[in-house]
Amino acid sequence: MQYDLTSLMPVMPEIFLLSAACVVLVVDLFLSERTRLLTYGLSLATLIGTIAVTVWSGGGEAQVLFDGSYIRDPMSDLLKVSLLVVTGFAMVYAKDYLVQQEIYRGEYYTLGLFAALGMMIMASAYSFLTVYLGLELLALSMYALVAFDRDSKKGSEAAMKYFVLGAIASGMLLYGMSMLYGATGALSFPQVASALQTGAIDETVLVFGLVFIVIGVAFKFGAVPFHMWVPDVYHGAPTAVTLLLGSAPKIAAFALAIRLLADGMQSLSPHWQDMLIILAVISLAIGNLVAIAQDNLKRMLAYSTISHVGFIFLGILAANDKGYGAALFYTIVYALTAAGGFGVLAMISRRGFDAENLDDLKGLNDRSPWMAAMMGLILFSMAGVPPTVGFFAKLFVLEAIISIDMVWLAGVAVFFSIIGAYYYLRAVKMMYFDKPVDEAALEVSADSSVALSINGLALLGLGLFPAALFTACRAAFGV
Amino acid sequence: MIADLPVLSATIWLPILGGALVLMSGDKAPNVTRWGALITAVLTFLVSIPLATGFDPSTAEMQFVERSAWIPMFDVYYYLGVDGISMPLILLTTFISILVVIAGWEVIQYKPSQYMAAFLIMEGVMVGVFAALDAMLFYVFWEAMLIPMFIIIGIWGGPRRVYATIKFFLYTFLGSVFMLVALVYMYFKSGSMEILAFHDLKLDLTEQVLIFIAFLLAFAVKVPMWPVHTWLPDAHVEAPTGGSVILAAIMLKIGGYGFLRFSLPITPDASSTLDWLIIAMSLIAVVYIGFVALVQSDMKKLIAYSSIAHMGFVTLGFFIAFMIFANPAVETGAELGMQGGMVQMVSHGFISAAMFLCVGVLYDRLHSREIADYGGVVNVMPWFAAFMVFFAMSNAGLPGTSGFVGEFMVILAAFRADFWFAFLAATTLIVGAAYTLWMVKRVVFGKVESDSVAALQDINAREALVLTSLAIAVLVLGLWPAPLIEVMDVSIANLVQHIGVSKL
Repeated sequence: MQYDLTSLMPVMPEIFLLSAACVVLVVDLFLSERTRLLTYGLSLATLIGTIAVTVWSGGGEAQVLFDGSYIRDPMSDLLKVSLLVVTGFAMVYAKDYLVQQEIYRGEYYTLGLFAALGMMIMASAYSFLTVYLGLELLALSMYALVAFDRDSKKGSEAAMKYFVLGAIASGMLLYGMSMLYGATGALSFPQVASALQTGAIDETVLVFGLVFIVIGVAFKFGAVPFHMWVPDVYHGAPTAVTLLLGSAPKIAAFALAIRLLADGMQSLSPHWQDMLIILAVISLAIGNLVAIAQDNLKRMLAYSTISHVGFIFLGILAANDKGYGAALFYTIVYALTAAGGFGVLAMISRRGFDAENLDDLKGLNDRSPWMAAMMGLILFSMAGVPPTVGFFAKLFVLEAIISIDMVWLAGVAVFFSIIGAYYYLRAVKMMYFDKPVDEAALEVSADSSVALSINGLALLGLGLFPAALFTACRAAFGV
Repeated sequence: MIADLPVLSATIWLPILGGALVLMSGDKAPNVTRWGALITAVLTFLVSIPLATGFDPSTAEMQFVERSAWIPMFDVYYYLGVDGISMPLILLTTFISILVVIAGWEVIQYKPSQYMAAFLIMEGVMVGVFAALDAMLFYVFWEAMLIPMFIIIGIWGGPRRVYATIKFFLYTFLGSVFMLVALVYMYFKSGSMEILAFHDLKLDLTEQVLIFIAFLLAFAVKVPMWPVHTWLPDAHVEAPTGGSVILAAIMLKIGGYGFLRFSLPITPDASSTLDWLIIAMSLIAVVYIGFVALVQSDMKKLIAYSSIAHMGFVTLGFFIAFMIFANPAVETGAELGMQGGMVQMVSHGFISAAMFLCVGVLYDRLHSREIADYGGVVNVMPWFAAFMVFFAMSNAGLPGTSGFVGEFMVILAAFRADFWFAFLAATTLIVGAAYTLWMVKRVVFGKVESDSVAALQDINAREALVLTSLAIAVLVLGLWPAPLIEVMDVSIANLVQHIGVSKL
């Protein structure tokens, strides 16, 4: 087969990001802590540049590359742009925190950029092998990042846990993939799909493999009962890393689920639908109930993540394009919200003081009304109260669920949302109704506060005008 | 003409934008904040006046309609309009909001910008609830009300404010999410999110009953009806005066409005099947909650329970229609009950606001709501005592005040359905008089018992202005209710005709 250089055009964003990340890596070697601002600037420039390249080179029909192992379609473009934006927000919020905690090192940025590259590959992966490639690139960067503060015992423990459990999950996923590969003889998703459609393959083998794949996906999302790592890792990692870990990777996990389940195994949907119903319901239940008991804010947000994953699964299990669109909308909104939430946590920390308890939010309205208002928007959005966008995210998912006649599931979801509202309200209550425990003035640099304002107001703005983003999400699935 | 201007949008967004500006002005110059809030509230009221002057009472069609696409893929429109049911409630909202701003003028010293902004934003959102003709738009406004109220009770409320505000939020949130599921379900049945399209949607009885219950959960909590009323006394007692006023005068009306706009026309057969339930709950509210009010030692709690009893009249008036339909001996009267319920809502808006403001006047001076801490107030505050006695009389339903009109109409309608309903409802004339006047007797009359009461100052010009305007409203509506009834007459006749036709 003749090699054509123009076939590299659709992967320009990935090539750009990879090259720029290497440049950042090399440049950073020559910088001292005082001049590290350059690494930060270059990393942000890289992300913005990658977004620009993605937008500029995208917009066409879906193109399949590299012998069917890579795809450039509207969904991957939307996923890439959103995960890059969210990563950008995370890096802005993280900077002051890194300086204050004396872990201001260039590796944070290079590892972050490589993680973003891994996520982009996951977004575009079209065969079992590329999915795994992207996943491992993301996961390895994250393992290293969690142990980033190498003197912290908590961080090392979290990294160890994350690594071992992540490796098991990857193993499960690979095992499932090997079953599917054995049964269908194909690695690329469209070939897998057409092999499944013939109906000639024994279902037992397929469902056996499918179980392992769903377990792998659930692990990466952090759905119950594969959620044990989430609170420990979120809690143990430095907040700057939790920011990266808790936001954009959800978008990548969504890509993983859609590529495997929808692109590859749509014809097995009756089987994985049942599995996802169980995962979604128990994630909603355990996530929301256990979050109430947390007094550590990072753990509370970790359990809240688990419950949000339940909602994302609800959208996916509708197993039609409307449901996928709703789940995509939910995932993007959630990633943006989570970045803001952990960002506020990073901002109220200062030298020698790592804010992570709910009590640290007390009296935030007295200390900084603006930050309290933004955090309020974030929390109300997570609780799903209009007019914030979190409401529409939930609404669209509910609509998808009701459209496939699963009204009872919608009832379960709203019931647990009410329980969820309680602990978000408790956080709002601490910010607004309690007196500050900690009177120290908040020093927030200009870039963080601008980013937080954009982030918070975006949640309100998208809530008032949800149509544009939702159109994009549905267009990604051709509805 | 006026009807072509976006009057409703202006009434919704002007206070919200004004509130955002007030919020940004910060607390460095509290007087700028206060005047800014007052100007916004007055402007909003002026902007809403064309709704009354340009209103055509001869049609049940929606007026001042605005419609543009909002979320096209779900057929959700930014669709506003008013009829004779919603228009008076919008004017009530804009009127009461001015009084709330004035009432909080000097009293609120802690973060006045956030206080004023929360009320202004809530004003806009509440007008949005009454004006929305798209179910999703309605729901967004409906839920958005919770956030400012949550903050108002939680920051400026009394000692147990946190408990009260979280209870308030979760109770109402619980009620409304099931309504959301019902709305989405109807969207799939009808392919439209328009409330008016839901009115004509054919539903079988099981569907209707389930939808009716989902609505009931939302609206009954808001009204509030017995037995889901328990959040109200807590919220009222702990809320600052302005918060209590808005809660009693307007937020409770939103529940009643929900019955008229959603439950009755969308699920007429379920309403007819379950009318006994609502009527029973209403009568329990009227009689039992009346007795509960009698034993309260806290003035605000007493008025809160009296609100629940009065709102029982509203729901009784709405649902007695089905009993009248079912009684072959009676031809008319259904309209009378609904009109009575509506008049009662508007009138209770004025009276409960006035009662809470009166308690607020006392509370600002003595920082106590206990009836036992007062006594002989008339000796030191004669002007105040005059207002308080007047409003207490109207709360008890004295003829000549607005409190009488609505109750009388509902009792009259109840007579057409069944003598015993009317009998039970009429007990309120005794019980209501008992608890209100007994409170007045203990607070206002008698000898001056304590030094702190002896040191009380009579109301100042600001307080006098607020109470006078409410007193005028109560008197006008009591002596000459015809204009209000005329405005809603055609819309209610249309509604009664609509619910008289089975959807099965």
